[in-house]
Amino acid sequence: MSQVRVLVGTRKGAFILTSDEQRKDWKIDGPHFPGWEIYHITGTPADPNRLYASQSSGWFGQVMQRSDDGGKTWEVVGNEFAYEGVPGTHKWYDGSQHPWEFKRVWHLEPSLTDPDALYAGVEDAGLFHTKDGGQTWQELPGLRSVKGDLWQPGAGGMCLHTIVLSPDNPDRIFVAISAAGAFRTDDGGQTWQPVNKGLKSDFELPDATAEVGHCVHSIAMHPSRPNVLFMQKHWDVMRTDDAGESWHEISGNLPSDFGFPIAVHAHEPETIYVIPIKSDSHHFPPDGRLRVYRSRTGGHEWEALTNGLPQSNCYVNVLRNALAVDKLESCGIYFGTTGGQVYGSVDSGDTWTPLVSNLPSVLSVEAQILP
Amino acid sequence: MIRVVLPAHLRTLARVNSEVELQVEGPITQRSVLDTLETAYPMLRGTIRDFATKERRPFIRFFACGQDLSDEPLDALLPAAVAAGTQPFRIVGAMAGG
Repeated sequence: MSQVRVLVGTRKGAFILTSDEQRKDWKIDGPHFPGWEIYHITGTPADPNRLYASQSSGWFGQVMQRSDDGGKTWEVVGNEFAYEGVPGTHKWYDGSQHPWEFKRVWHLEPSLTDPDALYAGVEDAGLFHTKDGGQTWQELPGLRSVKGDLWQPGAGGMCLHTIVLSPDNPDRIFVAISAAGAFRTDDGGQTWQPVNKGLKSDFELPDATAEVGHCVHSIAMHPSRPNVLFMQKHWDVMRTDDAGESWHEISGNLPSDFGFPIAVHAHEPETIYVIPIKSDSHHFPPDGRLRVYRSRTGGHEWEALTNGLPQSNCYVNVLRNALAVDKLESCGIYFGTTGGQVYGSVDSGDTWTPLVSNLPSVLSVEAQILP
Repeated sequence: MIRVVLPAHLRTLARVNSEVELQVEGPITQRSVLDTLETAYPMLRGTIRDFATKERRPFIRFFACGQDLSDEPLDALLPAAVAAGTQPFRIVGAMAGG
């Protein structure tokens, strides 16, 4: 019988939740790295017991951790993230130019085939990679040359928070940056192009259709359709069918098209999930009702999933890395809230139960299936 | 031996339970003590000072003998009692709460 492992990063440590494939009873292990912010903890597809965690602190900076036994023990690996060459400057809040400064690792994306290889998305926005299990990191600086002087921090900082690897082409990578937009490389990260055509930021940008500057919150892909991407933007839920060459809006009947995470069902590439938030100035669900919205039509038509979720007086947020799916036959969906709850569904979102409550504010959620 | 007291989170990271003792070569300065500390405990690299500039991280303080030495030059001699090992060099997480 398979096991399911859910990796949860929080403001005050990491937690590892495990269950059998019934996913009814969960064992909670943690906190790992208590007191530290764990922006992301994830496992590698090539070796599920190889985990990586981004551990950071306002006092002590960035630490990187690696486990080879599924999180039972951890080893500190390399934490030097040095921008290549002269780092240059980007746009600052007041419109002036500001030097690039490393702050933390937001997102880790392991190679699909090599447990020693992974990418790290960092703040200030940049993309690094390692081929030696995290001991050393090198930047892919071509990304920042794509009008980097026009990139500007969002409210959460200028972070590279989303990395999507193309399963059919190891040289193709998509990334998303707040607030710069989406970018694609087709040569393994040497050169990049912005892929923001069709995005409209009417209230956030003086030129609503600018080539860069959009506040993309997250992007998801189903591995069977690597040219189809779904995006939760600051406002608007978007879709591309041509690998980012053009985007169109699929917000449809959502009660709000503001939100942070987006995910695709493990076995149904046209089934997608978002968690609407009232607005950029509220950061809580509309009407105090926590609702996951599912579209089985690739967008436009959405249904509210509420069974088991609080439908009154709920004012939590769900952050961009805090929604994940597992790959069991009956697809599991998991998300964590800023109120410290982790909810799970074993029936594609029809019903939900809390796996754990009262954790620190949740920053990231990932799901693994163990043989 | 030079005695160094780490803040709790860095003791956990370095897997030590109490103060650490270091054999520091040459003049006893912030730089020489921290260089030796990071050689002995490489997992602390980057957590106390910047990799490139060697500047103290903003919310780190250095105390010894009842004095705040945080803003002293990196190559200034530490107090004689620290060099003699009778007093520890204290690395402290600054008060930064709300």
